[in-house]
Amino acid sequence: MASILEVRNLHVAYFSRTGVASSAIVDVSFSVRPGEILGVLGESGSGKSTLAASLLRLLPASGNIQQGSILFEGRDVLQADPRELESIRGRRIALIDQEPSVALHPTMRVGDQIGEVLAAHEYLDKKVRRERVRQILEALFPAETERISSSYPHQLSGGQRQRVLIAQAIACGPSMVVADEPTASLDPTTQREILSVFQSLRQKFGLAIILITHNPSLLAGLADRVLVLYAGSVAEIGPTDSVLSSPLHPYTRALLRCLPPPLCGADEANRKTKLPVIAGDSPNPAWLFPGCRFEPRCKDRFETCREREPAAVSLSEGHTVSCFKFGG
Amino acid sequence: MQPLIQVEYLVKRYSSRGVLGSGEVVSALNEVSFSVAPGKTLALVGASGSGKSTLALCLACLERSTSGRIWFEGRDIAALDEKQLRAVRPQIQLVFQDPASSLNPRFTALEIVTEPLLVQRKWGTREMHERALALLERIGLSRGMASRRTGEFSGGQRQRLAIARALSLAPKLLILDEALSSLDCSVQAQIANLLLELQSSFVLTYLFITHDLAMAAHLGDEIAVMNRGRIVEQGVPEKVLGAPSHEATRGLVAATPGSIVTPRMPGGL
Repeated sequence: MASILEVRNLHVAYFSRTGVASSAIVDVSFSVRPGEILGVLGESGSGKSTLAASLLRLLPASGNIQQGSILFEGRDVLQADPRELESIRGRRIALIDQEPSVALHPTMRVGDQIGEVLAAHEYLDKKVRRERVRQILEALFPAETERISSSYPHQLSGGQRQRVLIAQAIACGPSMVVADEPTASLDPTTQREILSVFQSLRQKFGLAIILITHNPSLLAGLADRVLVLYAGSVAEIGPTDSVLSSPLHPYTRALLRCLPPPLCGADEANRKTKLPVIAGDSPNPAWLFPGCRFEPRCKDRFETCREREPAAVSLSEGHTVSCFKFGG
Repeated sequence: MQPLIQVEYLVKRYSSRGVLGSGEVVSALNEVSFSVAPGKTLALVGASGSGKSTLALCLACLERSTSGRIWFEGRDIAALDEKQLRAVRPQIQLVFQDPASSLNPRFTALEIVTEPLLVQRKWGTREMHERALALLERIGLSRGMASRRTGEFSGGQRQRLAIARALSLAPKLLILDEALSSLDCSVQAQIANLLLELQSSFVLTYLFITHDLAMAAHLGDEIAVMNRGRIVEQGVPEKVLGAPSHEATRGLVAATPGSIVTPRMPGGL
């Protein structure tokens, strides 16, 4: 199937006040199919939030997209003029940000805040708008639509607020949602609930979702494919099952080994033993040397790794890895 | 072995004052009892609002419990007055979830670790600095980093710093309230290892409060499950999580994915 989003060779850098550049996204390419959930897995400093902001061209002034193309529904987002951008943002691609408590207006009722999103994109009669708001809220809060609609954000729980943000995001019927750590501040039970909301939205509306997280276990059983980001580059991308259960890139392997043993595998002998860690320091954004960015911390490195960056190699159905071990 | 801390029927009620003074009473802790032996870890899990953090605050004597006893080294610290508590407080220290907000951004690493020593007024300046520097090194920050401000550190380093501050008065009990939750997975593993090292070298007792059942099972000698202000289940991790008897525990286990990710593959990485 044709892809809905096509990112090609994207390079993004931030500039300090003195003009020093540090690259945040380096040669990132990937695509998303309609109705697909793509998990983006990355730790702090991997560039995952920069990637999210770049897709909607919402980078801060210090950030600059230097190269590459972002094709969304056939339109080049990077070439779009402000007016065109307005018709894409919110209406075709929506962004759900990290902190539900900050993203909502504290003194506006929830229903009005969703109505505001609609009003920003199309002229609707008040009555019609109110009815649309009710329908949207009903999809997310079937049992208590009315109560939620007339509540203020502080009267809601963290999970409910996150649902309100999702309601805002889908208000204009976008075809893709970019969610940046949407469950980071929630407890596991609520996390599961929110993730199942995403799943049902995908089923109901055929929504494509880019789910950005640092937590690999959230993606299992939810994402169709996983893209692993390290220091702004794609380490590997492939079907969720194969990336999480048979990772290829040395970084992904090391990252997944850091997790404490899963509950079913926990036994007394392993308890309170040291967990494997990734040696070395987190990536430095001011990195200017050629070569693979994971090389300084990699157990499997060899000479070539310092000389140039590995190219992406496609190994099995859709599983692509950027590492010289596999011929990159 | 004599427990380091033993809690008996601890109750904490908050009353929210209504407009007419007739307040609603909320029981945050409801007859909570447990004990932890010296050098052991009790992992405390439970949904948001189950009372975990209230318990932490009561044990650290930052909140007064409504009734019940907290035996710490043979004394009921819930009954002590503020003056008597001064001797107890250094022995029970807290580490919070978000090091970015629990560390003063104007302070250098050295100042952060020295401050508790300063408050105690037991040491001279030079001795304090020596102690602080030694501690910084112990938790994995080099002496060269001591003059950096807290904002210049990464999330993992900041949490190391928060742990160093908690350890500066040589406490016996460390309450870790979601201390790993805001960190990346690879950093969580590093800090978890640090906690294990520190526990064995200083015979520290931990109350490890977390949402992460896998980490609770890994670090805890025992797990206690809280639900609506009560401990509903307690025991060794394999038993509590492997064969949960309470509905709340089953709910938590069901919400934990984990089992799908199998990073420990045969064939050795």
